[in-house]
Amino acid sequence: MSFPGHYTYWVTIFLMIAGLYIVIARGNLVKKLIGLGIFQTSVYLLYIAPGKLIGGTAPILAASFHTYSNPLPHVLILTAIVVGVATLALGLAIVVRIREAYDTIEEDEILEKDRAEEAEE
Amino acid sequence: MLLAALFIPALGALAIAACDRWPDLRETVTLVTAGSLLYCVLSLLGPVLGGAQPQVMLVQMLPGIALSLRIEPLGMLFALVASTLWIVNSIYSIGYMRANREPHQTRFYVCFALALACTMGIAFSANLLTLYLFYEALTLITYPLVTHHGDDEARRGGRLYLGYLLATSIVFLLPAIVITWAVAGTLEFKAGGILGGGVSNAAIGGLLALYMFGIGKAALMPFHRWLPAAMVAPTPVSALLHAVAVVKAGVFSVVKVVVYVFGVERIAGLASVEWLPFVAGFTIIAASIVALRSDNLKRRLAYSTVSQLSYIVLSVSLLAPLSVVGAALHIAAHAVSKITLFFAAGAIYTASHKTEVSQLDGIGRRMPWTLGAFAVGALSLIGVPPAVGFVSKWFIFQGAAATGHYLVMAVLGVSALLNAAYFLPILYAAFFKAPAQGADHGEAPLTMVIALCATASLTVGLFFYPQIPLALARQLAGF
Amino acid sequence: MIADHLPALQVVVPLLAAPLMMLVRRGTFAWLVAVAVSWTTLAIAFALAVKVREVGVISYAMGNWPPPWGIEYRVDALNSFVLVLVSLVASVVAPYARTSVAAELPRDQHYLVFTMFSLCLAGLLGITITGDAFNLFVFLEISSLSTYVLIALGRNRRALLAAYQYLVLGTIGATFYIIGVGLLYLMTGTLNLADMAQRLRDVHEMRPVLAALAFITAGVGLKLALFPLHFWLPNAYAYAPSAITSFLAASATKVSVYVLLRYYFLIFGVPLVFGRLPMAEVLIGLSVLAVVSASLVAVFQRDLKRMFAYSSVAQIGYITMGMGLANKAGMTGAVVHLFNHGITKGAIFLLLGGVALRVGSTSLERVAGLAKTMPLTSFGIVLGGMSLIGVPGTAGFISKWYLVLGAIEHGYWGLAVLLVVSSLIAVAYVWRFVEVAYFREPEPGAARLAEAPGSMLIPAWIMVAACVYFGLDTSLPLDGARAAAALLLGGAP
Repeated sequence: MSFPGHYTYWVTIFLMIAGLYIVIARGNLVKKLIGLGIFQTSVYLLYIAPGKLIGGTAPILAASFHTYSNPLPHVLILTAIVVGVATLALGLAIVVRIREAYDTIEEDEILEKDRAEEAEE
Repeated sequence: MLLAALFIPALGALAIAACDRWPDLRETVTLVTAGSLLYCVLSLLGPVLGGAQPQVMLVQMLPGIALSLRIEPLGMLFALVASTLWIVNSIYSIGYMRANREPHQTRFYVCFALALACTMGIAFSANLLTLYLFYEALTLITYPLVTHHGDDEARRGGRLYLGYLLATSIVFLLPAIVITWAVAGTLEFKAGGILGGGVSNAAIGGLLALYMFGIGKAALMPFHRWLPAAMVAPTPVSALLHAVAVVKAGVFSVVKVVVYVFGVERIAGLASVEWLPFVAGFTIIAASIVALRSDNLKRRLAYSTVSQLSYIVLSVSLLAPLSVVGAALHIAAHAVSKITLFFAAGAIYTASHKTEVSQLDGIGRRMPWTLGAFAVGALSLIGVPPAVGFVSKWFIFQGAAATGHYLVMAVLGVSALLNAAYFLPILYAAFFKAPAQGADHGEAPLTMVIALCATASLTVGLFFYPQIPLALARQLAGF
Repeated sequence: MIADHLPALQVVVPLLAAPLMMLVRRGTFAWLVAVAVSWTTLAIAFALAVKVREVGVISYAMGNWPPPWGIEYRVDALNSFVLVLVSLVASVVAPYARTSVAAELPRDQHYLVFTMFSLCLAGLLGITITGDAFNLFVFLEISSLSTYVLIALGRNRRALLAAYQYLVLGTIGATFYIIGVGLLYLMTGTLNLADMAQRLRDVHEMRPVLAALAFITAGVGLKLALFPLHFWLPNAYAYAPSAITSFLAASATKVSVYVLLRYYFLIFGVPLVFGRLPMAEVLIGLSVLAVVSASLVAVFQRDLKRMFAYSSVAQIGYITMGMGLANKAGMTGAVVHLFNHGITKGAIFLLLGGVALRVGSTSLERVAGLAKTMPLTSFGIVLGGMSLIGVPGTAGFISKWYLVLGAIEHGYWGLAVLLVVSSLIAVAYVWRFVEVAYFREPEPGAARLAEAPGSMLIPAWIMVAACVYFGLDTSLPLDGARAAAALLLGGAP
């Protein structure tokens, strides 16, 4: 139960916080999406790391192996990665449309334009 | 038959809406509907006088609480008053609406019919939830009537009307009902009350307060402002709804809650309910004083209504059988008297476009019938025989004397004087002062005069023949 | 034979319909399929609800892998109720959508709308029916991704930013959820919800479980727009195509509420959530803030869609408030309000779709005199508004009745007062519409506006009629809600 013993958790938590920070602090829509990607990646680690046993192998039943790593997290995370890719792709697509419509991808500039439009009405 | 009392006006509303293009047919339909409703109520009267309480269940609304109707004596009395006066009022409305060329007449008649349907629902409700449902429906359906003119003033009045009535009913009445349900496990109206012994006396006082102020239609001070505000409506609306249906729905609910939810015997003598006569008495006096100071005729009548409504609350709060009879009778007495007064006010407006008391000098000579009827209504409310107001006040007075409420007797006396003070000058000016200038007008249209004479004669007639309301009121009080 | 596979079909039918529509690429075809699919799901949902009433719980092993290893679909009194709600809303919205979508979007996008609609429906139904924590996440993302697309299709360019913001927040929410599930998985070694509930009893005092609870609350709270995590909602609802707004408002947040209900009451359990942790106080506190602040904000909106979107935040507050009360009356109120608010808001947004179609805007200034030009629509909105207020005789009253009763049973008098006072704020915003629509004169040129077309008006009025019908004859939703409440609180129905 020491710091190095938990280092995967520390990495996970670092990625999580870093990702969230980028999402919140950056005004650039693409950078936000990158932050979101990092945030999601931390979860992959959260699942995969505990599944591994030191000395364990892939779960192929054979006489010479006795300890196996848990395969389920891998499967789950494969799914999660697919979801993450889809989210990212959709997010980027929306950003492309936003750029077409507003001519910028900076959040504050977009809001500025919206306000200007509202004032005209 | 019981259901018919609800469905006749509701279907009538549909038929009226369908006759939008043919005003004559539309008004015929209104009269036919009103007539058949009265017939229907009268046919129910016999069995109820005989002690029967027909009932019908519509749907199960909440587990254990059904939407259901039952006729008991007080509801019968209320329904009788409302349905009789609806016919008279319809005749009057036709004259008023046409003579004043009011817009949206179809909407007016449709809402009116629906309001009557809700009134019947209130009168015949078998439990608190049904009562509450129709009570709220009545508020909402009369809103278009109050705001009939659609101008800023009407909108302001409508906002006050809706604001006060909805706010009190949601903030006080609904929690009161929920608490009653949580405590008693039933919401049925039962003779002797449903609260039982499980409630502390202090809690009863609080609950009573929730009910009394929650039933905003009873216009107990400080929640009375909606009534004067509602006077922006056309006069027939003020007449039927704000002298009869809506306000009586309020005091009717008060009486019903006190008699059938709390039970007169259960709360008689409790220190925690002693405050009610004071609030009611204060309302009587204060509203009379405001009436005295109002120059606008309808406004004066409105404050007079506020004051008269509290008579009913006051007398029921005395918790003596005699005063309960008085309260029930006063529902009928005030209805016929006040509708006469409003009819007269509307007739004056239609014929001369005068709205202020100070403009009425000498008008009695031009409109003898109208002002004659006005005099009858006014005397009835002051409590002068031979008018029906005397009968109800007699019972209230007796109830107060029997329970030793001398303060109440004093209030009654002072208020009779105040009533006289705000009605008699009108009569004096109308009949004895010389007209200010050569105003050139005669009586109001014939249908209006017929209507107001009818209610005036009813006011007198009930003094001599009070059997039916008296019998129902005695049944209610149980002696 | 087919009857055994109903739980799977409930999700598979809309899921398979989506690629089919995508391949054919025809608006009309896609619409027909969408209608057929939503009606089929409704029929299945009803069949399941009836069966659940007979046999209790239906457990279906996906792909014949027995639980807890395989993915289990599990239908009980609670989620069969939600299934009916979601598919019912879809069945009403789908026929409506054709005219509305045709008017609002370019032709080549029509099939896309219905594809995404179908996908979203599959996701929502999947969330509801699955008995597997991770499978739930997958369906959550299916419904969310399709929702982002649907919102982005809105014709105003602000829809794009709304969709983007929702995408970011929604993804954070879903990720929070999956972090929570990960922690639970670490503690229990299972993803099957029923199994997890069993095993959590042994470890429920441990810190990772508490962390999991926090993550799941925050994650699902984002999706259900729990105050103060609701900032995505008003924009998303205001700028999405009208038909989509109605569908989302009536179903999406409700499904998330269901997820929270399930985790709190059936997985973590009342002793942990409400005994050891002060979640009752947290939920009620947040709900109070939601109800009061969102209602007040709604009063000052200039656009009807936004006004009613804020009202949704407030109404969700009522549901979470009932959850926080955690007694029988409160829970019944919460579950029945899921249903009642679903149909009420669905009705209002459907009618607003008609307004948007005819008037071209839903801003309050533009609907002046609407009662003259579109009387049925206006009156429907007023009726829906009354249900939001909780006028007796409408569905909203029933919910409010139970919530007040629940508060009083707890002795929370202040809460009961607040509940009724908040109805008055609802009066204020509903009456803003009434005064504009009924008392102002229509703008010149608006006189030739006609009533919305029947294909939109009829579905909308079916919902309005449901609001009134279920306010008078409440046995259907109420029985379902009471059974669900009993299940959640672990007592006999």
